Amino acid sequence: MPGVDNYTDTFERVASTLFGQSPEWLQKLREKGLESFKLQGFPTLRNESWRFTRTKAIQERDFTFVEAYKPNGLTADQIATMTFDDTGHHRIVIADGHFAPELSRVGTLPEGVVLMSLADALATRPELVEPYLGQHVDLESNPFVALNTAFLYDGVLLHIPRNVVITDPVHIVLVSRGSGVVTHPRILVVAGESSEATILESYVGASAGYFTNAVTELVCAENSRISHCKLQMEHESAFHIATQEAHISSNARFSTENFSLGAAISRNDVNSYLGGQGIDCRMDGLYLGDDRQHIDNHTRIRHAEPHCHSFELYKGVLAGKSRGVFNGHIYVDQDAQKTDAKQENRCLLLSDDARINTSPQLEIFADDVKCTHGATVGQLDENSVFYMRSRGIDRVEARHLLVYAFAAEVIERVKVSSVRERLESDLFSWLSRSFST
Amino acid sequence: MLEIKNLHASIEGKNILKGINLSVAAGEVHAIMGPNGSGKSTLAQVLAGRDTFEVTEGDILFEGESILENAPEERAVKGIFMAFQYPVEIPGVRNAYFLKTALNSIRKHRGEEPLDAMDFLVLIKEKMKALKIDESFMNRSVNEGFSGGEKKRNEILQMAVLDPKLSIMDETDSGLDIDAMKVVADGVNALRDEKRGMIVITHYQRLLNYIVPDVVHVLVDGKIIKTGGKELALELESEGYTEVAR
Repeated sequence: MPGVDNYTDTFERVASTLFGQSPEWLQKLREKGLESFKLQGFPTLRNESWRFTRTKAIQERDFTFVEAYKPNGLTADQIATMTFDDTGHHRIVIADGHFAPELSRVGTLPEGVVLMSLADALATRPELVEPYLGQHVDLESNPFVALNTAFLYDGVLLHIPRNVVITDPVHIVLVSRGSGVVTHPRILVVAGESSEATILESYVGASAGYFTNAVTELVCAENSRISHCKLQMEHESAFHIATQEAHISSNARFSTENFSLGAAISRNDVNSYLGGQGIDCRMDGLYLGDDRQHIDNHTRIRHAEPHCHSFELYKGVLAGKSRGVFNGHIYVDQDAQKTDAKQENRCLLLSDDARINTSPQLEIFADDVKCTHGATVGQLDENSVFYMRSRGIDRVEARHLLVYAFAAEVIERVKVSSVRERLESDLFSWLSRSFST
Repeated sequence: MLEIKNLHASIEGKNILKGINLSVAAGEVHAIMGPNGSGKSTLAQVLAGRDTFEVTEGDILFEGESILENAPEERAVKGIFMAFQYPVEIPGVRNAYFLKTALNSIRKHRGEEPLDAMDFLVLIKEKMKALKIDESFMNRSVNEGFSGGEKKRNEILQMAVLDPKLSIMDETDSGLDIDAMKVVADGVNALRDEKRGMIVITHYQRLLNYIVPDVVHVLVDGKIIKTGGKELALELESEGYTEVAR
């Protein structure tokens, strides 16, 4: 099958060597992933969920899987510049798919917390991983999740025991250093009952033309408070496909912000399963597109139990010939009475050639719920521009200010100040680069 | 200060202003009255530089120079200010930030140093108090969720802070109750001095009891058909535009 052979060949090559040392259950999970990937192949436009996103450019290239990690001169300071830095953060860096100890900096963590590379965790603490890994992702309907699972080797484990609060944010950096490299990083967060943490995920690249195929699993036990934020700042020629699955239990509070700034083609599947009562779930996103960038966000919130609240705000700003896709799915089970779900997605088109396909999807099987959704697509309001200009603010600045105000609503959701500052400065440089007329 | 010469303007091929002649000297307050659709608001927007209107003939001179080729922001920094009939709501842009940015653009043009946040706060606090604007307004988005009266007072606040040479007030009184109108009028009167010119555009004579003009013009169908002293406003009130136009 086109494109698939490269991966099956690589798999055969490393199956007995690199992967051969893994516990049996993991080898089986990988094989299941590979089988499922082979069965599905790369998605085509006929696949409903990939209707607007072509992955042919990814399929056609023979990306290289990096088998062993070697430092290549990239420094911790460079990582800080590529992302953001706060010496208070615990930073763990995965480079070309492998843990990079010399780039990482993990401070003192509360007792019982395990923050380590997934490869190390699989070798030394498999009992913390096995019950959760791959439990909540869907191999059958997403070929990229299946592919990630087939090559599951390294990434990050964050395990937080019950009642433990991690005050400082945990920053996970995924960096691709080599051109033409493919990585399949896996992040597993297991948050115990009444635990609390802030998790940041940054995706960056130090080279061109690579492919990131990431999966993040978050298991949030009862009454936990997990705040998660992902910044996709990949190289402009990179491909970024990522699936995030959050499995949330009763009375937990979960928030996730998803920023898509880089990559030539990016696709995010952001899914939350509300599997208990009294959950509060927020999923927000902001994407900026320019040139021929293609940005696809598919979100899914499933309300399985009563009395949960979900709120979702996705905003996009598209310039040049960029294209955005937004699909927001809210599914309310028959038992999920008193659900309160709100979804909003707004897109600002800054050029005549930019396009957005946006579709909210509500499937409601309970009869006593409050579910709303709103979608708007528009251009900058010329009345507002004139109003500002009539007060002495020049045209470009007025237009920048309006886009900034539009986007800032999502940036303000981020709780970590160094992340907000990074995003604000990125937004300003994006504006002067992409929108200077 | 301002000289409008035989000004013709149109929108989408439709002629709205059909030869306006008007001059405003420093220190003068001119009222422009006229029925709906006479071109009052168009005149205000053309003066402010709105590009949806096309000037087809004539000229506008400000301090002796034509401003027809000037962008709205260039006119603003030269000292022309228009208080909008319908102030625009700008979600997400804080009032304080907006006004500080505007003020600093204008200061830059005047060759003055930009004001920092503290100096700015000192400057506006007093002006807000005079206009009975609550301080919390500064942290809200520009005009968002403001009542009609609050929006108009915000316009006058901007005018007071930006300190223009020429102010054009486009139906600043419409939709205001008498108390709100008095606040607005007091704000305007406080800015009256021998260096500043003002154009007050209104549909109703009522406002002119509080902002007493030096000259009153009657605008009908895109032309000034009559000019007189403040008593002309009273005449219009009692006899109506049709009678005066005759």
